[in-house]
Amino acid sequence: MSEARVAGTPADPTPNLDRRSLLRNAAAVGLVALPGAGLLSACATSGSGDSGTSGGGKKTATNPLGVKEDAPLDVVIFNGGYGDKYATEAHEPLYKKEFPKATVKHEAVTDVGKTLQPRFSSGTSVPDVVDNSGSGLMDFGALVADGQMADLTPLWDAPSVDDPNKKVRDIVVPGTVDTGSFNGKPFVLYYVSTVFGLWYSGKLFKDKGWTVPTTWDDFLKLLDDIKKAGLTPFGYAGANAAYYMWNVILTSAAKIGGPDVLKAIDNLEDGAWTAPAVKQAATAWAEVGAKYTDKAFLGLKHTDVQLQQNQYKVALYPSGDWLPNEQSKDTPSDFQYQMMPTPSVTSSDKLPANAVRATAGEGFFVPAHAPNKAGGLEYLRQMLSKKGANEFTKLTKSPAVTVGSAEGVDLGPGVNSSQAALKAAGSNVFNIFFDGWYAELDKECRTATNELFFNGGTADAFCTRMQKKADAIKADSSVTKFHR
Amino acid sequence: MRHGRYPFIVGFLVAPVTLYVVFVIAPYAQAFYISMTNWRGFAPPTWAGFDNYKRMAGDGAFWKAIEHHLVMLITLPLVTIAIALFFAFLLNLGGRSRGSTMSGVWGSKFYRVVFFFPQLLALPIIAVLFGMVYRPNSSGLIDGVLIKLGLAPVGWLINPKLALWAVIAVLVWQAVGFYVVLFSAGMASIPKDIFEAAELDGAPQSTLFFRVTLPLLWDTLQVAWVYLGIAAFDGFAIVDVLTVDQGGPDNNTTVLAEQIYQNAFKFGKFGYASAMGVALFFLTITFAALTLRVTRRETIEL
Repeated sequence: MSEARVAGTPADPTPNLDRRSLLRNAAAVGLVALPGAGLLSACATSGSGDSGTSGGGKKTATNPLGVKEDAPLDVVIFNGGYGDKYATEAHEPLYKKEFPKATVKHEAVTDVGKTLQPRFSSGTSVPDVVDNSGSGLMDFGALVADGQMADLTPLWDAPSVDDPNKKVRDIVVPGTVDTGSFNGKPFVLYYVSTVFGLWYSGKLFKDKGWTVPTTWDDFLKLLDDIKKAGLTPFGYAGANAAYYMWNVILTSAAKIGGPDVLKAIDNLEDGAWTAPAVKQAATAWAEVGAKYTDKAFLGLKHTDVQLQQNQYKVALYPSGDWLPNEQSKDTPSDFQYQMMPTPSVTSSDKLPANAVRATAGEGFFVPAHAPNKAGGLEYLRQMLSKKGANEFTKLTKSPAVTVGSAEGVDLGPGVNSSQAALKAAGSNVFNIFFDGWYAELDKECRTATNELFFNGGTADAFCTRMQKKADAIKADSSVTKFHR
Repeated sequence: MRHGRYPFIVGFLVAPVTLYVVFVIAPYAQAFYISMTNWRGFAPPTWAGFDNYKRMAGDGAFWKAIEHHLVMLITLPLVTIAIALFFAFLLNLGGRSRGSTMSGVWGSKFYRVVFFFPQLLALPIIAVLFGMVYRPNSSGLIDGVLIKLGLAPVGWLINPKLALWAVIAVLVWQAVGFYVVLFSAGMASIPKDIFEAAELDGAPQSTLFFRVTLPLLWDTLQVAWVYLGIAAFDGFAIVDVLTVDQGGPDNNTTVLAEQIYQNAFKFGKFGYASAMGVALFFLTITFAALTLRVTRRETIEL
């Protein structure tokens, strides 16, 4: 789960189960495992042709990036939780309006990697804008390591569409540029603002008289009350969404020991995972797993558990704020999704109980070898315009990273509550990066979390195991390292 | 040797050999090359020597996958062939003999079709179906019934000790039908007079099976064993779709192809994945060569 995968998750945190994509998976494996099955006659590794040009148009006040006005633009959108209407109905028309002579080619894909990886590695028909999201996304770490993404500095420094006196970097939510930076260089525009927490039904809590806890004792008491009422107090889907849970464990670790705990983990520092704060957090959540969940959830997919919450069988569910939108079809009209931050674990936590993990998801980038690189950057600039961001938010009910993107849009009770939580947190907002940098570490953490929460694992085993994997990645010379 | 014979032979061979070289040999060679590099899928690869193989030696998930293949290599052919032979015998020879013709049990023509059904379903569909069967709560086919009966649910795929067996059961279920048909064809080609002679001598059905059918079916069995052994090195589709966390819990159902998929397409480590592919290549060939060697036996001329 990179940030992008988080945001892609609404619809799809696991590879599609449909037969065609599975067969494609199998065929793709065949390419590597039993190459005889592959129809790769040409060399699979042929280097990318250098087709990168930087536009060639004249830079003007309305065209600060120097887009060639008749150059075609090839846009690839991940068709997942947010659909692709926002591109066809909002962003692409905005671009067309600026450059009527250009043709915009729109491609909606459900498995970005399988569609685009061959095009990148062969250097032919590389698109100009890529929404690299969903479970099949291309590994951002590999993209950076191989220099496949264009530096977004010209975009961030360009004047914004609506106010030429303001740079684009100044009209987005603080942290947006950093979230998409690798070793200090901005490569990715994470477009959707995302807040994480524990979700519950406002109606259920009101009916039962349950209140939002801020201390761990109150939290355990609440879980006891819920259990007595005959509901499963807390749960997540182990089959494909275990990272919803490690996100909670690490959020608790950050609250106990401060955001530097996460920074150490992201930077693969020695002993980062065995730090007391991580251990304490893992111990606390292991107890919740042992006493307050349904072991069957280990075998269920996220949609199953989310549905059970909508049926008032599960009380608390950890997720990002795409959840209300994702569940809109199954949610009873009076369900009233609400989000609470994870409660404090100890009384001496370094961060207050209302601190939250917030990030931006849905990663867009412009390929380094895009034929119309300037056009790609311009497209991102249009996406960040007031109109582009507002239309996106209207269509998806998810706030884009442009400040004020939600103006005049009814986001619904769920996202309103997460936005309110974000506001309440003030400066106590932190983020996690390692999963986007090292996909292997994410996978290991999912496995370790399932063991900890469902299969009676101990905090010690969790921490030791994660540290071992982190050390292995650190020692692996083939993996590009990132720091923040 | 007549003039023009070589051009004639070459003319016939050139198309298939070219196709084979381009689509089979060349990609194999490339995989060997990629496995010696740190290719991340985009820029041209950088040479890494045997680093990937060294990495593999210390990779717990890789060894777990090998272990699972060994278990599958023994159980999958044994169980599948045993069941398929039993069914094929019943369908073809298990009934009472009427006059001089051997026949299957009552309704065997119908069963023959039914047994073949799983073979017609795509693997991912089977995986999704068994996802319902194994579901660990009240909506699961097996555990749901257990819960209704007041028993504890088993949690087939979430129990680390059971998960692999649950996967193997699906593979067997899917494979049996094909081998029933294969063995039926083999049995049909055994001359009837041999059975008649044995029957006249008063041989019971067990003797018919072990002393007549089995030896005469040896070639077919050998083929089945190799096929199933190779199938035991696969298992990707079922594992990827059916199991918890794709190969879990805790890598307890993972297979090499799943590891290759994860490393190549999730972690962007194509070089390392290719190294695993090469390992899989050698495992498969070694197995096929060994089996053909060990099972070599004089064919009975009929």
